[in-house]
Amino acid sequence: MAEIKSFVYINRKAPHGTIYALESLEVVLIGAAFDQQVKLIFMDDGVYQLTKNQDPEGIGMKNFSKTYAALGDYDITEIYIDQESLEQRGLSIDDLQELVYEDEDDDWKEKSSMRLVSREQLASVIDSADVLLNF
Amino acid sequence: MKFTIQVNTGPFTHQASDSAYRFTLAALESGHEIHRIFFYHDGVNNATMMCAPPQDDRNLQVLWTELAAQYELDMVVCVAAAQRRGIMDKKESERNGKEFANIAPGFQISGLGQLVEAAVASDRLMVFGD
Amino acid sequence: MATLHTVNKSPFERNSLDTCLSLCNNSGSILLIEDAVVGALRNTSVSERLVKAIESGVKIFALGEDLKARGLPEDRVIEKITLVDYTGFVKLATENDRVQSWL
Repeated sequence: MAEIKSFVYINRKAPHGTIYALESLEVVLIGAAFDQQVKLIFMDDGVYQLTKNQDPEGIGMKNFSKTYAALGDYDITEIYIDQESLEQRGLSIDDLQELVYEDEDDDWKEKSSMRLVSREQLASVIDSADVLLNF
Repeated sequence: MKFTIQVNTGPFTHQASDSAYRFTLAALESGHEIHRIFFYHDGVNNATMMCAPPQDDRNLQVLWTELAAQYELDMVVCVAAAQRRGIMDKKESERNGKEFANIAPGFQISGLGQLVEAAVASDRLMVFGD
Repeated sequence: MATLHTVNKSPFERNSLDTCLSLCNNSGSILLIEDAVVGALRNTSVSERLVKAIESGVKIFALGEDLKARGLPEDRVIEKITLVDYTGFVKLATENDRVQSWL
């Protein structure tokens, strides 16, 4: 499988109320083994997937929000957050956990994977994808 | 052109499985290739042969099985999603200490990697779901 | 590099169509299927947005079978929305470079 495609995962649903956020994460992690180019978008209610201090113990759900911190180790370094979705929900980027990666081309310096973007920028991410996965 | 179809919903709550079926049929009849149909989330409920809808309702499982036989389709059910929902072949059933297997003919159980592999190998990924 | 966007939710219930419209560029196409076809009619609270998108160059389609199933007559569909059948849906998927399903 020599061909490298650009995979864009679009996350638009809040966590815990439905299974989609968790299942998206599973595909992302398994997909990482295929050495494709991967970008993640969090928009609409999907921005709630990254809120800090999630504690779903009281509702009997698994706390998978900690797994997002591992994305950098899977070479996932491009995570797009829709600014408009945050604003509509009274959130700011500071309400979200910070996701980082170590840049091997820059002495393994820790860098943020998160890019706060406009709808226009998101449109160009979508329009440059080979494969769009929606959750 | 080579398509992969992803089905995320079961056949009795949402229309999405029917849309996926009709799209698949139209693609095949237009001369396109279906690389794989991948059933994920509640979509795995398309694969149980234990469903028995009333006679005046369509039975999507049977339609999928017939389509797969006619066109030699590769229909894959996500193993983790299927186990959670009680869809098993003989091997998975025995491994989980269950008495029965209920996966319908034409469907196979495999991992999520099959979805990613199919997306890499196909020209278009079509997602049907809720 | 054109994208086909599919929407399957009623715009009166979910924001999928709105999100889709905000991210679809002028060379893109939008296909309304399943419950989303209710958005294809004239004189609704969303029809103005669709007409504006069409005027800016976006091509909008609706699945005829889904309209018929819901008892929505073709003559009430916004004039510049093109009706397709499942074969037309397949054709749209092949004519565009990628498909984005707003679920």
